[in-house]
Amino acid sequence: MARTTIRNTDKVKHFIQYFGLMVLLLLVWQALSMLGVIQPIILPPPSQIAIVFWDLLKNGTLLKHISISVLRVLEGFGVAALLGLGLGMAIGLSQTLARMTDLIIQVIKPIPPIAWIPLAILWFGIGEQSKVFIIFLGAFFPVIVNTIDGIRQTDHKLVEVARILEVSKSRFILQVVIPGAFPAIMTGLRVGLMVAWMCVVAAELIAASGGVGYLIMDARQLSQSDVVLVGMITIGIIGKVMDSIISWIEKRVITWKTAFVGV
Amino acid sequence: MNKDERVEPKLLIENLSKSYLVQNEEVKALQGINLTIRDGEFVAIVGSSGCGKSTLLKIIAGLENGYQGSVLLGKERIAGPGLDRGMVFQEHRLLPWLTVEKNITFGLKNKKPEEIARLVSEHIELVGLSGFANAYPYQLSGGMAQRVSIARALVNQPQLLLLDEPFGALDALTKIQMQQEVLRIWEVEKTTMILVTHDIDEAIFLGDRVVVMSSRPGTIRRIIPIDMPRPRDRSSSEFAHIRKEIYHEFFTDAEEPFAYAI
Repeated sequence: MARTTIRNTDKVKHFIQYFGLMVLLLLVWQALSMLGVIQPIILPPPSQIAIVFWDLLKNGTLLKHISISVLRVLEGFGVAALLGLGLGMAIGLSQTLARMTDLIIQVIKPIPPIAWIPLAILWFGIGEQSKVFIIFLGAFFPVIVNTIDGIRQTDHKLVEVARILEVSKSRFILQVVIPGAFPAIMTGLRVGLMVAWMCVVAAELIAASGGVGYLIMDARQLSQSDVVLVGMITIGIIGKVMDSIISWIEKRVITWKTAFVGV
Repeated sequence: MNKDERVEPKLLIENLSKSYLVQNEEVKALQGINLTIRDGEFVAIVGSSGCGKSTLLKIIAGLENGYQGSVLLGKERIAGPGLDRGMVFQEHRLLPWLTVEKNITFGLKNKKPEEIARLVSEHIELVGLSGFANAYPYQLSGGMAQRVSIARALVNQPQLLLLDEPFGALDALTKIQMQQEVLRIWEVEKTTMILVTHDIDEAIFLGDRVVVMSSRPGTIRRIIPIDMPRPRDRSSSEFAHIRKEIYHEFFTDAEEPFAYAI
């Protein structure tokens, strides 16, 4: 579809719409703090958080914690993605497997990863493994459930076409089922990565000595609410970046859908 | 039809009935269908929606099993899909993630790469889409996408091409253009074709015979041979006469619209 090029005034308008509310919120927060309505010990002003953020960034503390957390998330998420995709495809393609596993998945899925912490410590100790395990649990279910759903939603009309053309089973799976399930699979990976990242704080509650979650817990004990907020905001920003990366990949892989995205 | 009996029938349908269970009640979709189709013939089936004409086509395609009566293709009873039958649906049903070329080769197997390349370029040319081999379905118009789906159905060189309301979703002008295209392809390829439609003009324009079906249960009401030479002029008096005749099959005694034309 031919779309007229976006005018410059529109660009400015969109930019303001995108960032405006956030800036306004920060300004009000700052003003209320300066007027003494908000006590800095309850909620430090944005300016103070920015200064602490800059300090922690400059002395490398923040980057150290970020890299520890990101590595854990990538480990947990990586295992979850591999297992979730593999098992999800197998279960999606086999009705017998689906019947066998449905109850187990449905019962274990609602258990929050935090509830696993005691068992995780018993099984894996307080080292790296237990943290990765908690993150894995958080990411695994969104990936597997979306993969199964995606495969189950294969277009019945395309299945008929494949039957009429007597397409082989392997070609049917590779050219009809998997591409059709791709949008759902990408959603699963995206949600899975998000949950994995959210689980990092929970995982780092287990006697961690590094990571953004540790940074927050440590600051809490020292009543440094500004550092707590720096940690929280860092988690938010990194989550947003991860989400953008996955949706960027999604757009590159699912080219046949790009025509509809730009509406 | 005394002329037909001398030629070996391509498709022989005898006493075909099909019923479905809907909430534990038996619903008859087709009853007592008898139809003989000659090799190379173009048969158009018209009927209102729900008359079972698509069910009939699906049975011939092998997508619907469990019917009563017999449906023979050549000498063999139809019990499942086969490459001897191609099908074009109302929606183009192309795989959105594959190019035109890959969509056409989707159903090809056990062929050498050179042969695949030759078949594909031949069929792309046949449906008038040269230059679009690497386009994706979302880049095509409705008519073009339907051309690809015709090429996909023909690339296996089926004996029988089944067309299930293939132009029902196209605009009136594209529709007329596509009807002419199908006629041209039929004349070139000499494939036996069965077209299901609810468009009376389309049926008369294309068919050697028009099969009129009535609904609930689906039965054949009448078979009308169309002896006009091709290409047929939709505005000729003969065309109008046949149109009126078929129209009366659906709306007996009811008031007739002043002019029915596309």
